Amino acid sequence: MRVEVRVFATLRRYLPDLGIGEARVMDVPDGTTLDEIREILELPAEEVKVIMVNHLQAAPQDPGADGDRITYIPAVAGG
Amino acid sequence: MSKQILRINMADLSYKYEKVPKKWSKWAGRGLTSTIVAEEVEPTCHPLGPNNKLVIAPGWVSGTPAAPSSGRTSFGGKSPLTGGIKESNSGGLSSQKIAKLGLAAIIIEGTPKDEKWYTLFLNKDGVKFESADDILGKGMYQVDEIFWKKYPNEPAIIGIGPVGEKKLSNAGISINDPENKPGRYAARGGLGAVMGARGVKALIVDDTDGPGVDIADMDLFKAGRKKLTDAIMSHDLTKPGGGLNLYGTNVLMNIVNEAGGLPTRNFSAGQFEGAAKISGEMIAEMVEKRGGGMTGHGCHPGCVIKCSNIYPDEEGNDFVSCVEYESAWAFGANCGIDDLDYVAKMIRECNDLGLDTIEAGNTVAVYMDGGALEFGDKEGALSLFDEIRKMSPLGRILGQGVEATAKAFGVHRVPTVKGQSMPAYEPRAIKGIGVTYATTPMGADHTAGYTIAPEIAGVSGKVDPLTDEGKADLSLTFQAATAFIDSTGYCLFIAFPILDIETGFAGMVESVAGVMGLKADDVDAIAMGKEVLKIEREFNTRAGFTSADDRLPEFMRYEKLPPHDVVWTMPDEDLDKVYSWID
Ligand code: SF4
Repeated sequence: MRVEVRVFATLRRYLPDLGIGEARVMDVPDGTTLDEIREILELPAEEVKVIMVNHLQAAPQDPGADGDRITYIPAVAGG
Repeated sequence: MSKQILRINMADLSYKYEKVPKKWSKWAGRGLTSTIVAEEVEPTCHPLGPNNKLVIAPGWVSGTPAAPSSGRTSFGGKSPLTGGIKESNSGGLSSQKIAKLGLAAIIIEGTPKDEKWYTLFLNKDGVKFESADDILGKGMYQVDEIFWKKYPNEPAIIGIGPVGEKKLSNAGISINDPENKPGRYAARGGLGAVMGARGVKALIVDDTDGPGVDIADMDLFKAGRKKLTDAIMSHDLTKPGGGLNLYGTNVLMNIVNEAGGLPTRNFSAGQFEGAAKISGEMIAEMVEKRGGGMTGHGCHPGCVIKCSNIYPDEEGNDFVSCVEYESAWAFGANCGIDDLDYVAKMIRECNDLGLDTIEAGNTVAVYMDGGALEFGDKEGALSLFDEIRKMSPLGRILGQGVEATAKAFGVHRVPTVKGQSMPAYEPRAIKGIGVTYATTPMGADHTAGYTIAPEIAGVSGKVDPLTDEGKADLSLTFQAATAFIDSTGYCLFIAFPILDIETGFAGMVESVAGVMGLKADDVDAIAMGKEVLKIEREFNTRAGFTSADDRLPEFMRYEKLPPHDVVWTMPDEDLDKVYSWID
């Protein structure tokens, strides 16, 4: 399956060649979980606070699906 | 020395110091401004008339030695924008200086008989009333500069721009930052017009040789301060090099966009294709590339989080502080503008003229929605500030904010509650924040009950933003906790670490108890927060508000918001439940 992955804020340092908001397109075996995709990208688990898939909250153990837009988010908030 | 109330009467240009009455002695910050407003201001009075007052109060811990991020000043009065009670708080230099003069609050009342304008100079010896004729009509950048030249002790400057002088409903109150720029605002709700109605252009606060703040139990205070500081410095969001420190509040732009909750083109979509270009990450890139400005800026001395920034112009000169999330969203996504330089220019206009950026950005967006300007027309948007500066009839309408502008231009998509426009979170896609917008006594205000923490950021647990269930209770808990924190003098952003780290919360309470001379167990943050909410809610009821005012605008019930294609579905009964413990 093919997924596109985005990272923001402090997580961007792990994928430094991506411009702000740009996606890494990845081909991974069907059913690969969000946590496994995170590992492939070498994003530290403790720095990933929220995962979104297609604009919805998701859990690390959820499997990805073809065409998914996946976003890994560190600690953020503001006002 | 126990704290005092300074009462300034503009009708006869007199002032007096009063003992803090016992009934007020447990309050500071928002708790105190709201208590005083509720007691002394007739809720049905005209906000610009002689019977409204401007109340200014630092928090409990403001001005104490090294309490982290504790320089917030609360401003209170009856709001010209909402017609209800208002508390708007800000960083900048004022809080610590007012507190160090031994003051619990400053009450400014009355109207000058001669219709003249005054500058008030306050130091340890009292108040001097000076003519403001020479600074009338001037923007806040110039005003701040003039007073630091005149007074070498680098005083706090609390002032209003030309919009406040004209008493327009979107006038904020400016507070100078450590660089003496008008980068900090008690922006929301039009309190600048209330200050203008008192005939006060500026209040200068010089704390030199002031008595300082008494701390009743220094050991408890210090123990609490340490726990709180440790929590702030260890939480991923607030620690040095964490999200807020590196990217500011605008770290949220891309995230809220991903969640489909970024209000775009006057609340007609939940995602903006240009979000990345106006994000906190982009600001950091600009600072690096242009070699000027800064991120990690503190808005007052002693802030350890430092979420503020100084945005550089193309030549790398410091241009404006602060491009925060709300402002970048208001002039960016909400107006369909993806150019940070223009966003920064409009923020600078607001800082100079004395406008709230959230209301001003929404006003421009509503004006665009009315067809007077294309969404995305950045030149056109910027030129609207010339109209406001000229005080042309159009400028005066825009200076009144969203509702006046929507009426003038025939717009039905009016994103307001109680007359105040919504900040940068779409309530159709993030339901809990919608409950806060609808029910807080302040009018649409995200800071009043920031459910975004669990709904988007995974702070203080995780909650699905798209469901209605449980959001009434969630919002109330956040509203109560906020009313307490707004009374402490601490910046609301300490909420993130202390909601996740229990010892941090305990530390906050202990530091407050230490200042007040109470036992930590006697300070029940949520119960005290609810007391503040009750005072505010009852003021609004006496001003004529009913449950019909606790509703989101009608269009949100039938216009579907992409990308989730959702409408506002919260039952009215759920909204009414939030404050049913009072009525
Ligand atoms: S965290 Fe940001 S808003 Fe809060 S006091 Fe510090 S600089 Fe000001």
